[in-house]
Amino acid sequence: MTTTAARELSFGQAINEAIRQEMRRDPKIIVMGEDVAGAAGRAHLGFVDAWGGPLRATRGLITEFGPERILDTPIAEMGFLGAGVGAAMSGLRPIVEIMFVDLIGCCYDQIMNQAAKMHYMMGGQVELPLVIRTAYGTRGGDNRTYGGGAGAQHSQTLYAVLAHIPGLKVVVPSTAYNAKGLTISAIRDNGPVIILEHKFLGLRAKGPVPEESYTLPIGSAQIVRRGRDVTLCGIGRMTHICSEAADSLSAEGIDAEVVDVLTLSPLDEGTILESVSRTRRLVVVDEDTPVCSVARELFGTGA
Amino acid sequence: MLSRGGCSQEKAGKLQRLTHTSSNSASRAAGLAQNLPSREKLLWMYERLTLIREFEERLKWLVETGVPVGAVHYYTGQEACAVGVCAALEPGDWIASTHRGHGHCIAKGVEVHRMMAELYGKTTGSNRAKGGSMHITDVRVGMLGVNPIVGMGVTHAVGAALSAKVRKTSQVAAAFFGEGGASIGAVHEAMNLAAIWKLPVLFVCENNGYAQATPVEYAVSVRRIADRAAAYSMPGVTVDGQDAIAVWEASAAAVERARRGQGPSLIECMTYRYYGHHQGDDTGRYRPREEEQSARDRDCIRRFREQTLDQHLLTATELDAIEAANRKKIDEAVAFAESSPLPQPADLFTHVYVPARDGEQK
Repeated sequence: MTTTAARELSFGQAINEAIRQEMRRDPKIIVMGEDVAGAAGRAHLGFVDAWGGPLRATRGLITEFGPERILDTPIAEMGFLGAGVGAAMSGLRPIVEIMFVDLIGCCYDQIMNQAAKMHYMMGGQVELPLVIRTAYGTRGGDNRTYGGGAGAQHSQTLYAVLAHIPGLKVVVPSTAYNAKGLTISAIRDNGPVIILEHKFLGLRAKGPVPEESYTLPIGSAQIVRRGRDVTLCGIGRMTHICSEAADSLSAEGIDAEVVDVLTLSPLDEGTILESVSRTRRLVVVDEDTPVCSVARELFGTGA
Repeated sequence: MLSRGGCSQEKAGKLQRLTHTSSNSASRAAGLAQNLPSREKLLWMYERLTLIREFEERLKWLVETGVPVGAVHYYTGQEACAVGVCAALEPGDWIASTHRGHGHCIAKGVEVHRMMAELYGKTTGSNRAKGGSMHITDVRVGMLGVNPIVGMGVTHAVGAALSAKVRKTSQVAAAFFGEGGASIGAVHEAMNLAAIWKLPVLFVCENNGYAQATPVEYAVSVRRIADRAAAYSMPGVTVDGQDAIAVWEASAAAVERARRGQGPSLIECMTYRYYGHHQGDDTGRYRPREEEQSARDRDCIRRFREQTLDQHLLTATELDAIEAANRKKIDEAVAFAESSPLPQPADLFTHVYVPARDGEQK
């Protein structure tokens, strides 16, 4: 692929560009969610696009694609995610935003029993090209706090309860670059994919992103730093913590390798095992609660 | 007299006429005189009514003789609801169904031999043995799935209607649910979405009086579920769900409204399931026997037969021939299911993820 000189985009801008480019090439793609645009129906008063989602990743899409394809929804996660499932079974490719992953309790059946199982239960007769985007984690991280003050119902990770479900692909990008590539891959996938977008990265991360459309493979981890002595495994924002740790360790003469897991399900066991087979040591950095967690799954893989 | 709910009613007089429960066949005939399905459609309706009945009765016999067909919820008694609604739909339209879904499948055109094979857990089944009774699906005929998580199919029908609107087709979607399902939030969220987006949806509530063993008068806050249509600014009508022609007439009006872009409607069909919630359920623990007999006295198939014969719309010879053909069709479906192969253990692990299509750019 030839690429132009990469510009710096924010994490949210990269996702926005991914969705925009895909919507231009495929009229079957729609975006639904609470305030994915904002000020719905108020264009006659001069109000459009008032919000753009929690990470502003969908801001501006309504001015290009209109309210027919950028659908602000009422607060009804079970209803509009279900509509997304039904639309995906009947000819559309919906991208549904659940504002925060903490809200999946309101629509978990649509994820667990409906979207993830349709292809299997129906013996392969339907495709389910559905993307669920949701923000996770904490906003904080300015060297004073990793919290952010949002409390226990707006700071969770919860990816373990998603990765547990067969049939659902669970993707956690860590940079603006891989956020764009993985989002495009998710949109082109014919099955359900949930993308967890870290709030801190969404609000703070920036990085080089080619203007061209490109995909990155779902189901592949990436070794982002080569090392001999220990494998540090990170998910989403924690990959950056791993890299910072690797810098610190380097000053102490320890050569750490950093693996960015990127897809939690299906897990790229091969890349992780290959790394651990060389370093013989595995440290998993995870911000989720430990019981039945993806971290434990990674330890199990590496053991 | 059943009530009519909802607001912004059109054709109030016409809809009012649909709500009567009079057993006076003369007034029934007078009521039908101006608006009847075509003769061809009437024949189709009788064929589907009796095919569903034959399928379920044979299934019940198979279950009771020990054939392992999994958990089943017999539709027997409610046939007029599925057939009346589907008679108003086109082949390209969509339906979404409930756990009690065999009747909806047959009414929408799913082939009974593939359904029976699915129940037998054979690879020739509609879902390649991966669904069973509670997941029968055939998207080729617009059947989006039997769905046993109560209320969820309603949201999927709304999604299909959204798809039709975005893709600018004339398709409509019918969402079946029971009076039990009328209590789950998903149904209300779906109704609100369909109303604000003016989606082409028929919300079809089959009120059979019982959610498992919980009676409707205990669980539902309103006297008529159709009254809830008012909360979503859509027409709501209660019809006699034992009268396939009345269900068809209400559905045809709702379909016409939906295709005109005027949004969803709610149709409540008053009906009754003859058997328990599922196979083996003893209804004597929660329903009076007199009530069950009273429902059987209003049997939808006998009634359809009487209506069409009394009015000289169809002949007994035609109807008898349909019943005989259906018995043969179910015989063949059972033979097909019995002779089909079982899945292999490795089949457990296929269809977990949706594959990329051949040649697709990734």
